[in-house]
Amino acid sequence: MATTAGRAEAAPAPTPRVEARGVGLRTGLVTLAFLIAALAVGLAVGPVHVGIGSILRSALSYVPFLHVQQPLGAVDHAVIWQLRAPRVALAALVGGMLAVAGASYQGVFRNPLCDPYLLGVAGGAGLGATLAIVYASAATAGSTWTVPLAAFAGAIAAVVVTYALGRSVGATHMTGALVLAGVTMATFTAAVQTFVQQQHTQQLQNIYSWLLGGFSTATWHDVAICAPYIAVSSLVLVLHRRVLDVLSLGDDEAASLGIDVPRARLAIVVAATLGTAAAVSVSGLIAFVGIIVPHTIRLLVSTSYRAVVPLSLIAGAGFLVVTDVVARTVLSPAELPIGVVTAFLGAPFFAIVLRTSRAVR
Amino acid sequence: MHRLSIAVVAALVAALTVVSLSAAAHQRTHAKHHHPHRIVSLSPTVTEDLFAIGAGRQVVAVDNQSNYPKRAPQTSLSGYDPNVEAIANFHPDLVVISYDPGNFASQLRQLGIKVVFEAAATNLKEAYREILGLGRLTGHNRGANAVVRSMRRHLAAIVASVPTTRRHLRVYHELDPTYYSATSQTFIGSVYKLFGFRDIADAAGGTGGGYPQLSGEYIIAKDPQIIVLADTKCCRQSYGSVSTRPGWGTIAAVEHHRVVTANDDVASRWGPRIVQFARTVARLAKQD
Repeated sequence: MATTAGRAEAAPAPTPRVEARGVGLRTGLVTLAFLIAALAVGLAVGPVHVGIGSILRSALSYVPFLHVQQPLGAVDHAVIWQLRAPRVALAALVGGMLAVAGASYQGVFRNPLCDPYLLGVAGGAGLGATLAIVYASAATAGSTWTVPLAAFAGAIAAVVVTYALGRSVGATHMTGALVLAGVTMATFTAAVQTFVQQQHTQQLQNIYSWLLGGFSTATWHDVAICAPYIAVSSLVLVLHRRVLDVLSLGDDEAASLGIDVPRARLAIVVAATLGTAAAVSVSGLIAFVGIIVPHTIRLLVSTSYRAVVPLSLIAGAGFLVVTDVVARTVLSPAELPIGVVTAFLGAPFFAIVLRTSRAVR
Repeated sequence: MHRLSIAVVAALVAALTVVSLSAAAHQRTHAKHHHPHRIVSLSPTVTEDLFAIGAGRQVVAVDNQSNYPKRAPQTSLSGYDPNVEAIANFHPDLVVISYDPGNFASQLRQLGIKVVFEAAATNLKEAYREILGLGRLTGHNRGANAVVRSMRRHLAAIVASVPTTRRHLRVYHELDPTYYSATSQTFIGSVYKLFGFRDIADAAGGTGGGYPQLSGEYIIAKDPQIIVLADTKCCRQSYGSVSTRPGWGTIAAVEHHRVVTANDDVASRWGPRIVQFARTVARLAKQD
């Protein structure tokens, strides 16, 4: 209650409502049900038809002491557990991460248009991946580690430079300066990336399919690479959900409420960036998830970060799993780049968000 | 009267024959001077064609992707992102392209340079037609005819060498490790059609202009009997890397070691070297 009063005094203009409630039990359960349904559909639907019953029995056959017979043949088994399952798992991890990172960035920078790529993650990762594809030596090129590692390193490097650039302006205009520095960084890395790509047109196809992003070649190995980062990052962000609510009131107000603003902001930005970099390094650049999902939660549930952060995590995971199902079935057996699907759904949605942006912070 | 008219007609025919013969002779000598002798090729396939038909000595520059034959005068010119001034600098009298971004060709024509567009062939017939066309254009009709005849003869022999029991293999052609493939509507697909192979990418229809990205699970379920890797140079794919992909161990082609490691360049062009490609495919198709 005190926070609402403080907010009203500081900036009376358009007053976005900060609700004191967290996630209601029912909303939480509904969102969780959406994720579970998405995972089930993700596992059941694909170009190869395998009955949901056999998939279920196949899963149960792994539970010890149940003595369920493995019903799937070698091919179906490989399709479900070596191709589709890691794909679903990776889509869920990446979707959850991008959505929660987007929500957190929007809170920290008090800008509804912020997305997880704000500080140059996408450009840096794209450049890193391009360099790895083009210049990787014969010894390392066959490794499944090279491109993700290079993308991860590129993303982190770009954000570190962005942060240094933004900080040099001083703490008072930090958020605005960071956003500008991010745009600068994105433009610069895109320029270098395009140059390298133009010099190696024979690799164009490779670079392009990485940039478009997707889960068509997801393996358990990819899941294992990114899962630790995503788990830690999203945990940190979920724990900071109250801090995000306070930060959204403004730096001065937050400071007066006893929050170490620079430190809190750094923790959130580092967590969001690290998680996003890990997600991008295994999935490529997938647009709009970080914007659509948090805004949907704001419109449907609450503008409080206590609701937006955890619900974005769950709904983002479900959303990207469903999007990936569309990507692999709509033109089956051909794949549609997932970025096309997210943007195709995202662009019209974005128009709605803009039209109703008074209700959104 | 009747006899007179016959005589007149005969005289006319004779006169016309003489005129047309002399005209043809004149044209031939005339044309000899006008065959281009400063050719710039911005298409790797056209470069291969030109050198195969014996027009190599008329070529002054080829683009940065034209890496065959070795003696082709490779330059930094780009066929993807062409620079009109850099091309004009070679003072060409003919520029052959396979890609025309923007109004690049018309810009060259404004400079008085002849430009010929050779589109990517989608079957062997078109490829032959391009070779013959280049022969006419450069004054190497005989060379071009010989190349096309040899290609036809060799391909027929190669296909015939594959026993009929191996003519209907399910083939998966891989363009990159994210499962981009090629359908029968593409040039490379038409080569498989020659063997009678069934291209698993055909189910994707026109998606991706004949080059769809297939789902990994679809490839495994389709169980291709022969896999052709056209991503050995770009992406260093090999039998080893394919066989260790999750779930790929069950595929017939992997089990029977029928994985062709093709030269990416040869498999993506529509020139005379397609014969070598077909030979490699045939060897693997015959293998037990």
